[in-house]
Amino acid sequence: MKKDIILAGVGGQGILSIAACIGLAALEETLYLKQAEVHGMSQRGGAVQSNLRLSSDPIASDLIPAGKADLIVAVEPMESLRYLPMLDPNGWIITSINPFVNIPDYPEMEHLMKEIWKLPRYITLDANSMAKDCGSIKAANMVVLGAATPFLGLEQNSIETAVKNLFKNKGNEIVELNLKALRAGRNHALKQI
Amino acid sequence: MQKLLLLGDEAIAQAAIDGGMSGIYAYPGTPSTEIMEYVQASKAAKENNIRALWSANEKTAMESALGMSYAGKRAMVCMKHVGLNVAADAFINAAITGANGGLVVVAADDPSMHSSQNEQDSRFYGKFSLIPILEPSNQQEAYDMTRYAFELSERMRIPVLLRITTRLAHSRTGVDCSEPVKQNDLKLPDNLRQFVLLPAIARKQYRELLGKQTQMEAISAESGYNRIIERSDKSLGIIACGLSYNYLLENYTDGKIENPVLKIGQYPLPLDLVNELYESCEEILVLEEGYPIIEELLRGLLNKSKPIKGRLDGTLPRDGELNPVIVGNALGKKYPQGQAVPELVKNRPPKLCDGCAHTDAFLALNEALASYGRGRVFSDIGCYTLSALEPLEAINSCVDMGASISMAIGAADAGLVPAVAAIGDSTFTHSGMTGLLDAVNNNSPITIIILDNSTTGMTGGQTSSAFGKIENIVRGLGVPEEHIKVLKPLRKYHNENVAVIKEEIEYQGVSIIIPRRECIQTLSRRMRQKAKAKTMNI
Repeated sequence: MKKDIILAGVGGQGILSIAACIGLAALEETLYLKQAEVHGMSQRGGAVQSNLRLSSDPIASDLIPAGKADLIVAVEPMESLRYLPMLDPNGWIITSINPFVNIPDYPEMEHLMKEIWKLPRYITLDANSMAKDCGSIKAANMVVLGAATPFLGLEQNSIETAVKNLFKNKGNEIVELNLKALRAGRNHALKQI
Repeated sequence: MQKLLLLGDEAIAQAAIDGGMSGIYAYPGTPSTEIMEYVQASKAAKENNIRALWSANEKTAMESALGMSYAGKRAMVCMKHVGLNVAADAFINAAITGANGGLVVVAADDPSMHSSQNEQDSRFYGKFSLIPILEPSNQQEAYDMTRYAFELSERMRIPVLLRITTRLAHSRTGVDCSEPVKQNDLKLPDNLRQFVLLPAIARKQYRELLGKQTQMEAISAESGYNRIIERSDKSLGIIACGLSYNYLLENYTDGKIENPVLKIGQYPLPLDLVNELYESCEEILVLEEGYPIIEELLRGLLNKSKPIKGRLDGTLPRDGELNPVIVGNALGKKYPQGQAVPELVKNRPPKLCDGCAHTDAFLALNEALASYGRGRVFSDIGCYTLSALEPLEAINSCVDMGASISMAIGAADAGLVPAVAAIGDSTFTHSGMTGLLDAVNNNSPITIIILDNSTTGMTGGQTSSAFGKIENIVRGLGVPEEHIKVLKPLRKYHNENVAVIKEEIEYQGVSIIIPRRECIQTLSRRMRQKAKAKTMNI
């Protein structure tokens, strides 16, 4: 088993909690794991990404070689395209279609979506409204994680355990909300595959 | 012992806690910050009474750690690469005094300058000061080497430099921890003149340091951190230092490297091992995450040896960090070309947060300076450096910690009046205070804006040494009371703020303007914690 995942978004959007969930789930399954994060200056509203590598064998590099990523998981549509050079020709893109507009020259949504639709393998989802339906827009990143779960090569059970562990300090209600969001994202993806 | 999921930085911190460290000293700087933060959050560190507070700057941190070492206890000091420039005086001389308790200096380099103004290689400093350097290739080695570094420092009675780079510092993986050891007891140096670097003593100490080099090299050859991996294809030999070893392995996931490899993790270089590889192979490829230090040594001044490939002959890029593909290309591997980034994807540079106090301060400054024209604002290192970019375009320099004030003095001396300095609160107490003293003694016609957001913002909101002290400091350094002005940087006070700044710019002496409003990141964190505490009380 070996999965190389690029997580993409904008500083402050919570890609590190997606990384943490996948990481905890991988540990649960006693897989090897390496996760390179971005800290410091680039976090301030800029483009951020994390290289997440899971494997049943020891992992050498902290960075994924270009053109070898199995998955790009993005919480922002333009950011999903920024790391295309990293994606394996057979890889998938899973992305939210909710734009984070903090630059003056952000592209037209229509053009952006056309660019994503050109790709051979993608899952797009309106994570914000799905999260809202589950109870809070704050769970949008869990919806995106949910949509990625069919591709992670991890047991759904270990991911749900990870979500529970990550949010348990915030009370049962928050745990349930995030689990609901996770499952909503997963079901959406399963229908699109 | 337990396995923990740790960043490279955290692995170092955990190892130091397990390794009997009594105190850690640091100034925040990416990618080193998380070492101190981890110790500060550690329960074990609290239980063992490990001292873990931020210092005013890297030099004071280095000196405090040296003091703890003098007293016989194990100490760590952490900084980013450019911080070692600030600490250099203490660092180089600490090699001459030597250590008593184990002293480990961690320098976190930032090749590709993800969050820095240069990509200097701290191994030069280690070589310059003639002390051992450890360079881990992964997080487990970061843990093991930190434990080892304290022992080595006490065994050789000198400081040890642990050099890491961004990708190791900020990548998380499982790390096996080993049995903790107790802290040292207080114990003075056997020779009470060891730390007295009077010329006569320093000469003797320096000769002792030189005398230790052979032993240090022998230890490098035996420690296990430098070793040759024998392979049959001798057309090429590979020297892989630190992190680059992982990028090499990534190109051989089947484990079948064809060429002999010398893995380097400890310096001074083990000459016998280098010679063995050199003599047995036709060409040598040197992989270094940083400057081409070993490559340059191998080539020599005239490059008349056998072919040495690396950053200097164009086999690898001359600058920037390595990655698996760059290393693969140097080995003649072919990588599939990923898709190009679509043209409509625009750059999304980092920027000041919405609602940031710096934005309001610079909007006011821009307006106050409008009649003088652009190009008059010297600034510094921090979040506010982002005001150089659109839409504010408010500042014209960012060089090193504290340079804003001193550069404004020089520019004003040259006739650029008014000249303005813009510096953050934490940067001011790091290295701005001495520049201010110069300005006061010089009666420079400069206006200094001390942007007080009450934290060290850029690195994630660490405690600022300046907190609650700025007015007293500037008063104490000789700035007259009537030219110390505190502003509230909010849009609704914009006009009054512009008027105050204008007035002070016109004053032909040193004036201080302090726009003061808490960083909105630390503010919202505080509010969240408060709300959480409230719910827990219920």
